[in-house]
Amino acid sequence: MDIKTIIKMSLKAIASNKLRSFLTMLGIIIGVTSIIVLVSIGQGTTANITSSLQQTGSNKIIVRITNQGSIKELSYADLKDYKNIEGVSYVSPTLSSSITAAYESNSYDATLTGADENYIKINNYTLSTGRAITPLDMDNRNKVAILGSDVASELFSHADPINKVISVDGINYTVVGVLESKDTSSTGTSDDIILTPFTTAQRVLKNANISSFTVIADSSDDVENVMQNVELKLLSYFGTEDAYNVNNSQDLLDSITEVTNTLSFALGGIAFISLLVGGIGIMNIMLVSATERTKEIGIRKAVGAKKKDILMQFLFESAVISSLGGFIGILLAYIICAILSKFSISTVTSFYIVLTSFIFSLAIGIVFGIMPANKAAKLRPVDALRYE
Amino acid sequence: MGQNILKALDDVSLEINDGEYISIMGPSGSGKSTLMNILGCLDIADKGKYYLDDKEINEYTDNQLSEIRNQKIGFVFQKFNLLPRLNALENVELSLVYRKMDAKSRAKTAQEYLEKVGLKNWGAHKPNELSGGQQQRVAIARALAGNPQIILADEPTGNLDSASGREIMQILKDLNKEGKTIILITHDLKVAQQADRILYIIDGKISQERTAV
Repeated sequence: MDIKTIIKMSLKAIASNKLRSFLTMLGIIIGVTSIIVLVSIGQGTTANITSSLQQTGSNKIIVRITNQGSIKELSYADLKDYKNIEGVSYVSPTLSSSITAAYESNSYDATLTGADENYIKINNYTLSTGRAITPLDMDNRNKVAILGSDVASELFSHADPINKVISVDGINYTVVGVLESKDTSSTGTSDDIILTPFTTAQRVLKNANISSFTVIADSSDDVENVMQNVELKLLSYFGTEDAYNVNNSQDLLDSITEVTNTLSFALGGIAFISLLVGGIGIMNIMLVSATERTKEIGIRKAVGAKKKDILMQFLFESAVISSLGGFIGILLAYIICAILSKFSISTVTSFYIVLTSFIFSLAIGIVFGIMPANKAAKLRPVDALRYE
Repeated sequence: MGQNILKALDDVSLEINDGEYISIMGPSGSGKSTLMNILGCLDIADKGKYYLDDKEINEYTDNQLSEIRNQKIGFVFQKFNLLPRLNALENVELSLVYRKMDAKSRAKTAQEYLEKVGLKNWGAHKPNELSGGQQQRVAIARALAGNPQIILADEPTGNLDSASGREIMQILKDLNKEGKTIILITHDLKVAQQADRILYIIDGKISQERTAV
């Protein structure tokens, strides 16, 4: 029997029982769709985080002061020591606090971040209008503010905020600039900030200390070295490792990628189980079908069908059902991914995962089809013909 | 647990010549179906020997039996045994499918045999759209399509009205005239008498053999 005839035969058998074939396929469709969609979401998240972390640069080292196990505090003046480490391009301190900003009748909860003139560049912000913090602002402790895009639009809607005076927890600041929206906000509320000179923040928040600072290395090759030296200095200053933690973006990237990859595998694994269940569904239906068609098998054998012919006929039928289910599943997955992106859930569908899940669905059709096909093929023609 | 061995056929010795028309008669349960299954290579006798074209069939494998059924034997059943999902033409093509004939020549050959049994314009119809007589003619066309030497007919008129039955018997008679060996199983004496030779089987034994009038 030639392949073309077998395929035609199995398509005919599937078409003659449309509802049943569809229900059988459904298990495979759901399995394939969920594998692709879940893995795509996982990979989309990874890609998202990776790109936003890479944007911030791999030559960045972030130091957070937790003050645990040490009564010592780090002041702005202490940062000079870190600036002198070889390979350090500059050091930028930050001091943050949650505040409520108000302008006329509008108010908005945001983060007040005290920063120096390097902050905008280090954190990949760009100015939309106005100016950045200047060294002069730092020296004079000027009460100036640069607004994140969300803050600007909430407080001023369409009006121009430049040179307007806003109130931050009751203290007045003059707006001198507005930041461009960072858009890819997987790192959180990056458009919710109000920047003010670091020295101003120290005074206003009545906190002379630093809550965190960022060290920028000359190049990403220097990061390892610089990080070691920074850690040494911190240890000798605080006397305990518990008082601070040091991260660079690469470490962060690695650990996040690891987490999201594990998540993708776990989700994909669960979806794979549903594909297996779909395979059992195929086996079930093919067994019923083999019994129902005992007479047909008898007739085919009487006119000369060999064991192999009957085996192939049934095997092809389950393979066609499962691969058709796989194909529909892939289409459905693409549709769902497209819909998800409308809700700004980013997905990355790799060709690799599509191919893998299709091959798996086909393999499942064949593996779970073998037993029923074999049962059909083994029937003796006399018995099969007698069956009513 | 005791085992009773039921002998469906017992000490049967029989020779059928090429081109002969033979009827096998007997009451139900007499073993005539078993005889037909063995003659048709659908089953193998536990004991004894069956030679077809001077070759001993008992030793054949499953695949070889399939091949013999495909090449040398055409079956006509009481209940027609057409595949309900296939149309008349596709049913006739069936044995050719297992001969690996290509689709075009298959359809051409099948159409020739449909015309031979008088169903020229019925190829596209499904079995349930045909009368009993027509269905049996499709079944005969299917049996003939592979151009086998032997036609095995098991109660071919059993499910037909007398007019259709006569038509079918006429076709079988014509086929015999063309040189086919016909083995007809029936319990209807009138039908059996059309053959050259009638064989009676009772309780698995050939009880009587006579030449038809």
